[in-house]
Amino acid sequence: MTSAQFEIQLIASLVAIACAIPGTFLVLRKMAMISDAISHSILPGIVLGFFLTQDLNSPWLILLAAATGVLTVVLVEKIQQTKLVKEDTAIGLVFPALFSIGVILIAKFANDVHLDIDAVLLGELAFTPFDRIYYDGMDLGPKALLVIGVILFVTILLLLAFFKELKLSTFDAGLATSLGFSPIILHYGLMSVASVTTVGAFDAVGAILVVALMIAPAASAYLLTTDLKKMIALAATFGVFSAISGYWIAHFLDASIAGSMTTMLGIVFLAVYLFAPSKGLIAVLYREKQQRIEVYLITFLLHLKNHSEENERHVNHLNEHINWQKVRSKTVLNLALKNNMIRIDNNIVSLTKKGETFTSKAIDYIVTYEDGLIEDMKDDFFLFRG
Amino acid sequence: MEKIAVKVDDLTVAYNYKPVLWDIDLQIPEGVLMAIVGPNGAGKSTLIKSILGILKPIAGSVTIFGKPYDSQRKKVAYVPQKGSVDWDFPTTALDVVMMGTYGSLGWIKRPGANEKKRALEALEKVGMLSFKSRQISQLSGGQQQRIFLARALVQDASIYFMDEPFQGVDATTEVAIINILKELRKAGKTVVVVHHDLQTVPEYFDWVTFLNVKKIATGPVKDIFNDENLTKTYGINYKVSIQK
Repeated sequence: MTSAQFEIQLIASLVAIACAIPGTFLVLRKMAMISDAISHSILPGIVLGFFLTQDLNSPWLILLAAATGVLTVVLVEKIQQTKLVKEDTAIGLVFPALFSIGVILIAKFANDVHLDIDAVLLGELAFTPFDRIYYDGMDLGPKALLVIGVILFVTILLLLAFFKELKLSTFDAGLATSLGFSPIILHYGLMSVASVTTVGAFDAVGAILVVALMIAPAASAYLLTTDLKKMIALAATFGVFSAISGYWIAHFLDASIAGSMTTMLGIVFLAVYLFAPSKGLIAVLYREKQQRIEVYLITFLLHLKNHSEENERHVNHLNEHINWQKVRSKTVLNLALKNNMIRIDNNIVSLTKKGETFTSKAIDYIVTYEDGLIEDMKDDFFLFRG
Repeated sequence: MEKIAVKVDDLTVAYNYKPVLWDIDLQIPEGVLMAIVGPNGAGKSTLIKSILGILKPIAGSVTIFGKPYDSQRKKVAYVPQKGSVDWDFPTTALDVVMMGTYGSLGWIKRPGANEKKRALEALEKVGMLSFKSRQISQLSGGQQQRIFLARALVQDASIYFMDEPFQGVDATTEVAIINILKELRKAGKTVVVVHHDLQTVPEYFDWVTFLNVKKIATGPVKDIFNDENLTKTYGINYKVSIQK
């Protein structure tokens, strides 16, 4: 691995972490689409910043561009507050307008500088190691690395300082207000971080793919954990994994690095979406199937409990009595037998002691919904889990 | 004779120019357990949110023990409506209760062992200690309401505002909650509850405010909880058969 390759992966990884942190909060605040809006509307900010500073490396350019991102959020909220259009419509109105202004500005006035639309949209990671910063003749490393390094450092400091406030205002803005933690300040703080990160990442992955880095890792992490700290850590891990594996895929396929990284993000999300232990699609379907079977089982046991007369409990007539198909009656009967809940004497089914206790307990729970009654059964039965 | 815990003067709140609360004057004496009743859209939640500074009124003022709310935050605890938060948020019951301690910590400072101890005590008080590590979406509606109550208890305030704490909870939880509210009153705290079930007002509360955009009446339940005020508030000829 050459040092350029190492630097590219390092930049991509730092971008991924810097995106995962604000991304987690955006996902939890149901504001994922705002990152899309920000990523587009920073374009006029970058162009204006370039006109003012005449220097693509100026930190003022980053701040100005980030300010356009925050302006987007303000505009979306103002339009939405009129109640004449909904939030998603407001987003769809604001960012194309700002973005198109940026496109016109570039085409009209910036044709001769390194500010072409392709680079803005897709970024070019492969070139980042060549754009280096020198101080007194000493090589300080690639510009993109320094930029994203500083942004990530500040983001982490802010996260450590205001984690509790961000968590509270994301979960319960009303309580945050009444306790004196202004949700508005936190909201715009978060939007500023998201905007600065987007601008900082744009050199590396472009304005569009940064959305994937903000949303996909956080969305994947959300399906895997019930702890906010772990969610942030997991999102960062997924981001870094996709960045590095995406780089090598691009290397072997000779394809776009940013494109491969984003594809990896999609694959990671798909895998988590399918296989996450409790919230994944397969787990959910499995649980639903189990719950259905358990409902049948309880229905069956309840029938036995309610009927003492033998003709209601004959093995061959069960399906007629509860109006089930033969296959289902057979499955349920076998399940009950296997769990020692019933016994069969002369083709007459009756509850065992275990079956009796189980049925009464389940009924008590279903009637009262008192969790205490069923705590010990939750380990064995999907039906009684939330 | 008694101290005034909350004083509301000429409070008017409007959404898009439509007044939701109109010129409310209200004094809540210290140590009462008060219900705010009124029909849907009467401005009950709005009144609480305005007192707590969550909504900005277009006119009027609010004082808590004679001072503006901003300087009295630590004396006030708030239980919002259960539906106002996302229960799928990745956090545990204990963590939600810990949020009640954030006010006394202020900005940046993180909760430590002392805050955790207080949160655990509050969880025990509402009978939810064994659920402390449970993810909040895995709790029943009544349990979620108890978590909210524990979060308010942990604030160790002098005044508690609760927005429909009995909504969607089972009978056991309702009894558990009202017992805790009565304990709070016994300890000299002031408790203000937005309440829907008129039948239980005389049994649960000792003070009541009738509200329907304007204040209709406020005072001790035994003096003013009658058909006349109910009719004035709900607009129809109201006859409740209340077992006193």
